[in-house]
Amino acid sequence: MRDDVVVLVIAFGYLALLFVIAAWGDRRAEQGRSVIGSPTVYALSIAVYCTAWTFYGSVGRAAEAGPGFLLIYLGPTLAMLMAPLVIRKMVRIATTHRITSIADFISARYGKSAGLGALVALIALVGTTPYIALQLKAITLSHAVLVDYVPESPMATAEASFWTDRSFWVALVLAVFIILFGTRHLDASERHEGMVAAIAFESLVKLAAFLAVGIFTVFVLYQGPGDLFRQVAASPALTDALSLESVPGGALGWVGMLVLAFLAFLGLPRQFQVLVVENVDERHIQRAAWLFPLYLLVINLFVIPIAMAGLLGGSGEDPDSFVLTLPMAAGVDGLPVLVFIGGLSAATGMMIVETIALSTMVSNQLVMPLLLRSRHLHRGHSGSLANRVLGIRRVAILGILLLGYSYHALIGDAYSLVTIGLVSFAAVAQFTPALLIGLYWRGANRLGAGLGMSAGILVWAWTLLIPGFAQSGWLNADLLTQGPIGIDWLRPYALFGLEDWDIYTHSLFWSLAANIGLLIGVSLFSRASPLEQTQAALFTEALHPRLDQTSLWRGHTLRGELRALLDRYLGTAATQRVFADHAPDDADDQSASTALVARAEQALAGALGNASARVLIDSVVRGEALDLDAILRILDTTSETLEMNRRLEQKSRELARIGQELREANDRLRELDRLKDEFVAMVSHELRTPLTSIRAFAEILRDNRDLTEQRREHFLDVVVRESQRLSRLIEEILDLARLESGRLTLEPHRLDLAALTRQALDAMHHPLEERGIALEIACEVDTAEVIGDPDRLEQVIINLIDNAGKFADAGMPRISLRLTRHRRGFRLAVADNGPGIDESERERVFEKFHQLPHPDAGTTRSRPRGSGLGLPISRGIVAHLGGRLWIENDCDLGGACLVMELPEAPAISPTPPDMLLSQ
Amino acid sequence: MARVLVVDDEPNIVLSLEFLMEQAGFEVTTAEDGEAALRLIAESAPDLVLLDISLPGIGGFEVLERLRGDPAHRHLPIIMLTAHGREVEREKGLALGADDYITKPFSTRALVDQVRALLDGDT
Repeated sequence: MRDDVVVLVIAFGYLALLFVIAAWGDRRAEQGRSVIGSPTVYALSIAVYCTAWTFYGSVGRAAEAGPGFLLIYLGPTLAMLMAPLVIRKMVRIATTHRITSIADFISARYGKSAGLGALVALIALVGTTPYIALQLKAITLSHAVLVDYVPESPMATAEASFWTDRSFWVALVLAVFIILFGTRHLDASERHEGMVAAIAFESLVKLAAFLAVGIFTVFVLYQGPGDLFRQVAASPALTDALSLESVPGGALGWVGMLVLAFLAFLGLPRQFQVLVVENVDERHIQRAAWLFPLYLLVINLFVIPIAMAGLLGGSGEDPDSFVLTLPMAAGVDGLPVLVFIGGLSAATGMMIVETIALSTMVSNQLVMPLLLRSRHLHRGHSGSLANRVLGIRRVAILGILLLGYSYHALIGDAYSLVTIGLVSFAAVAQFTPALLIGLYWRGANRLGAGLGMSAGILVWAWTLLIPGFAQSGWLNADLLTQGPIGIDWLRPYALFGLEDWDIYTHSLFWSLAANIGLLIGVSLFSRASPLEQTQAALFTEALHPRLDQTSLWRGHTLRGELRALLDRYLGTAATQRVFADHAPDDADDQSASTALVARAEQALAGALGNASARVLIDSVVRGEALDLDAILRILDTTSETLEMNRRLEQKSRELARIGQELREANDRLRELDRLKDEFVAMVSHELRTPLTSIRAFAEILRDNRDLTEQRREHFLDVVVRESQRLSRLIEEILDLARLESGRLTLEPHRLDLAALTRQALDAMHHPLEERGIALEIACEVDTAEVIGDPDRLEQVIINLIDNAGKFADAGMPRISLRLTRHRRGFRLAVADNGPGIDESERERVFEKFHQLPHPDAGTTRSRPRGSGLGLPISRGIVAHLGGRLWIENDCDLGGACLVMELPEAPAISPTPPDMLLSQ
Repeated sequence: MARVLVVDDEPNIVLSLEFLMEQAGFEVTTAEDGEAALRLIAESAPDLVLLDISLPGIGGFEVLERLRGDPAHRHLPIIMLTAHGREVEREKGLALGADDYITKPFSTRALVDQVRALLDGDT
């Protein structure tokens, strides 16, 4: 037995700590040094998902139904993985439209419908009050266990009266906390920084407490996980209870539970509050998308081990209390208190956020629209109504918590923790069709959403809520077995004969079928008002880049009227802030700009919700909001502009590419032009040289009749030789021109390259001898059949020998000639004993008019100069015959080596060989 | 007797110039590349140079440039005698300080006259 006073002091001390943290968070926010401007705090605040239900109930559920409890966490994991898509869009919309709650969001999406907002608020209230009750029940239960626990004895949980029930006082303290930190601003779309800081802190506390129990159980009570699992394996009853087969409803149950958790995570008012309303930076979603699932994984790590250990203990305690009873049974001091605080933090965190979200809905979606309808409020001259709105919210907070307490005190005991949680989940899941479909399908309209949601919640009530009452004995249990007044197919757990599903999957299936079916069906066959269409467009296109800059009003009003309206509902300071951004110097009798009207509506929406804001603005503005056509035009023009920009960009890229190509082509042309000029200059230079000699000697002969006979003959001989040289040069230039233009006429025949080489050698015999060049010949094949023009090919061979002679050593010139077979062709290599040719020079040898520098110029005059066209022409001819011509070093004689390679003629074929060469 | 240096790498052209200059009454030396030309000028200080441009090794323009950069030969009469007929090359030759720029093929009489004129003006 633990001292109740100590526990009370610790519990309320913990709550006091929350006040300090929240106050600190708010102070920091006022100083502009926000503590919640971090993605980690954002992710931790999302962990408000893990309530007392997680803290105590997961173990309970694991003990009863095996690993099925994990699905409750896989659903949100799935949702968070999609967060960068879905939640980012919701956050963007909430920021633009100053959304205050999920009810406001759905109301705003469907034409700022007050009715739809009220419906969502009501469902949320009905659906989640039991959930708040659940938290209170957990606090009471855990407190009772902590204080009154006597091992091996049944526990009394019910308290005699509320003033001795600790959870009643916890609820009251929380009411104070929420009123202090949750209603600081009238603008509910503003962040509650202190509250979020406290929630993030609570998430850490409950995680730490749960891990502490887990580690204690596995490593202190047992010798590690191996030991624990061995002991479980020894008991077949336990193994069955913890196996996958024990999940209710089998595979279908798994899917149902996963979908339920997924939808509830998006539809729960408190999750919407932390995910969307309290989000300060869209980029935080990125980190939360993996950090929050990680949190879920860690906090669930020890659920099964604790459940196993609890079941092994076998003392028959409520599995929901294993977390507490395990350490207490072991007689450890301190740890149970830590666990109690962990559970308390899980419970209070949920209650704080849920209550804020619900109170905002109650004031903005339920009370304000009613008050606005009664005209006397509107005409009142009591100055600012801001305090009245805040007052409504504060009363609502108190009311919600008391409602939760009453539920807990009156009927809470009839349900297990898990049942209450899942029934709540199934209720809020009814929001998600309107929410998600409305986010992506512009056609979804108010009537469809309203009817769908109503039908969904009715089915929910019939299949989950009412049977619950029946099971508690409040209604005749015959309803479950025989159906209402004996109508068999209306049995709540087997609607339309759908039997053997677990009750949650069954309920979810039918309620969602009704909900989605009506939403889509009715939307398809009914007309939406212009405002609905406008809002639908704004929501579905929320991520459209330019939309938020567009002014959506085109009505007229005076600044004075607008100022008076805002003054009354927001207070003077807030009104000043709105007007400060829009021509603050303009007089009150001037008309308000559309931007100012839009801004005023946003400010009102932040405080009172979108539906009420629209009613108020409508009361002073003559004219109407931009209709759907205008919105669509804006969207179309922007998307047209975007498309146009994209096309322009593409075009300009194309143009740039074409420009680049043109530049390159131009450069190539210039280069060709330059080469042509150079070629012409070189040709003219080469032609002038023999011409110079011819003219000079002709003039000398003309002017000197008295020359000796010997000289005369010498000079005439020069004229003749230079004329021949000139003719040769002209022939070569023409050959080259023909080669380059592809008009060279070759007469290809099958011929023997060996014989042709011998023939060329005969022709060169004399000139080589004259120049003192020694020649070696190595013919490794008897015949070498190739296809070629014999005259041209002989010209090439002579040219090769001639050039080798030029490259050869000046003193002792030697060249060698070798004809070999190489693969499917023949090689004629003409080597010399000269100095060889540098790698860099080798290709230049084949350039037109290229003259090799004579290393020994000036010492020998006998060396004949060529035109510099022989090798380029030879290469052209060889290429025409399908062969190659190149120069290399490292040949037999150590100098350069000209190599010609020609393909072997095809084996005797009936086709004339020239066919092979026709171009 | 005035001495003329003929610089050209084409044997037949050298032969014709040698004949023409000797016949005109000058003493003739010949070089077939730029290096030999510079050496001969330094050794024997000719009175006039007939200089080709396309020469093995040191080219005609460089020979001209070096001579003009040397105070001893700044005023040495030099006639560029070349097959490079483009206007840019002619301008370059004159800019570098050639006394005349004659394109091959040339008129033998005009050449001899021009050599004479330059040598007379010089003495």
